[in-house]
Amino acid sequence: MRGFSLTADARREAVAAKGWLRAHRWWLLRRATQLAALGTFMAGPPLGLWIVRGNFASSEILGVVPLADPFIFLQSVVAGMRPSAIAALGAGLITGFYLLVGGRAYCGWICPVNIVTDTAHWLREKLGLTRDRKLDRRTRLWVMAAAGLASLLTGTIAWEFVNPVSILQRGLIFGLGAGWTIIAAVFLLDLLVTRRGWCGHLCPVGAFYGLIGRASITRVAAARRADCTNCGACFNVCTEPHVIVPALKGNGSTLILSGDCVNCGSCIDACPVDVFEMATRMRPREAPALPVE
Amino acid sequence: MAQARKPSRREVLTDGVKAAGVACLAGLSLTAYVESSRRAEARALPPPGALPHAAFLSACVRCGLCVRACPFDTLRLAELGDDAPLGTPFFIARETPCFMCADVPCARACPTGALDRDIPGIRKADMGVAVLVGHESCLNYKGITCSICHRVCPIRDEAITLEIQIIKGRRMVIPTVHSDQCTGCGTCEKHCVLGQAAIRVLPRELGLGGHGRNPAGRPA
Repeated sequence: MRGFSLTADARREAVAAKGWLRAHRWWLLRRATQLAALGTFMAGPPLGLWIVRGNFASSEILGVVPLADPFIFLQSVVAGMRPSAIAALGAGLITGFYLLVGGRAYCGWICPVNIVTDTAHWLREKLGLTRDRKLDRRTRLWVMAAAGLASLLTGTIAWEFVNPVSILQRGLIFGLGAGWTIIAAVFLLDLLVTRRGWCGHLCPVGAFYGLIGRASITRVAAARRADCTNCGACFNVCTEPHVIVPALKGNGSTLILSGDCVNCGSCIDACPVDVFEMATRMRPREAPALPVE
Repeated sequence: MAQARKPSRREVLTDGVKAAGVACLAGLSLTAYVESSRRAEARALPPPGALPHAAFLSACVRCGLCVRACPFDTLRLAELGDDAPLGTPFFIARETPCFMCADVPCARACPTGALDRDIPGIRKADMGVAVLVGHESCLNYKGITCSICHRVCPIRDEAITLEIQIIKGRRMVIPTVHSDQCTGCGTCEKHCVLGQAAIRVLPRELGLGGHGRNPAGRPA
């Protein structure tokens, strides 16, 4: 039946081939992780359950381990603040963690705005909205540079005055106020103006984690690319489709090596013939990786 | 497949100029917005041990660890529309003042140095300074010895003293703030019996006068 279905169009073939659960496995894991990350912070005040204090900008696990957002940390340094040892350690731990699991895994697995923009994209598809004001996806690098410059010129952590990512995560943990208007603006931008506009083109936080992601270890691999049936499901489900091409259609490494990849695993879910899998740089399983040059 | 076309020189130039224009506009608005929130706010007071306002905004990552450390729920993080810069910790004395914990747990919780972790004690804090702004409404100025601000002050008889003054021939007991002792905790503002507090905590730059260019009355 091709009638209305809540399932994203790009996952339908996979659902038919593998069943709903296997076509949503990574998606379910991701949503669970996003909610758990927020939940551990939010559980503090109502339940008195203090696993972690603070918010995504900086926090303290069990009163001992400090964590700090490296992008905010960098802006603070640019703004002229002499970094404290705790902040430097926290930022280092986070950077190390994302070097391990994939830079933009932050976007796909932690950031709550991802749920907002994924929902906008899903709705856009279901409503058949096609208007797409094309933006260059490198715009986010310029926004990142502008945030750095503004931090330098004003001597403040400039992006935090507008950052929708912070507004949402901090809002959910500490109180949102009128901040919902900014989140609504991001949602409407993605729904009505431009496809995957915020996360894929504008957000400097994602751009920053993308830089970490260029070197990170965990990667999605098109391990069985010989099986590809050219159905296009992975391209349709992917938030950054350009990252797939070299791994799937190229002759080189089967690893998706672009920093833009958010390691969301949607391509693994959506592929009806299981071409993709999670792998690492060290051990690209089943990879007939040809030596470069 | 869409053919990758080499853009013409004209396209590169116009796109470049457009992008530069947008970047300038965005940068300008962000800078103006940041500058506008840099001014000291009369209502929103910073946590104890905070760096001076300008430096504070280069250090505070708005994580809320100070808010969590405050045992009295005095501190909160600014939401969009509050008086303090978005996401930064503040308190409003008239709602919940600082209870002046001796060990200053909020400052000790700060991971970045926006609040001074090594502050020797709460008496060294500078959240602002109490100023008796309502000379026409303060009951003591009407000859009633209310003096509630003096009685609730945690630094009693040091930060606020009662001074006898003769005003228009009448003997009055006037609460007098000593800025070198006052930490700006806001307990006086909280407990002022009037509908609008006659004594208010203000940031020092708003609440205190400064020395003039003319050294009149002072040892030069």
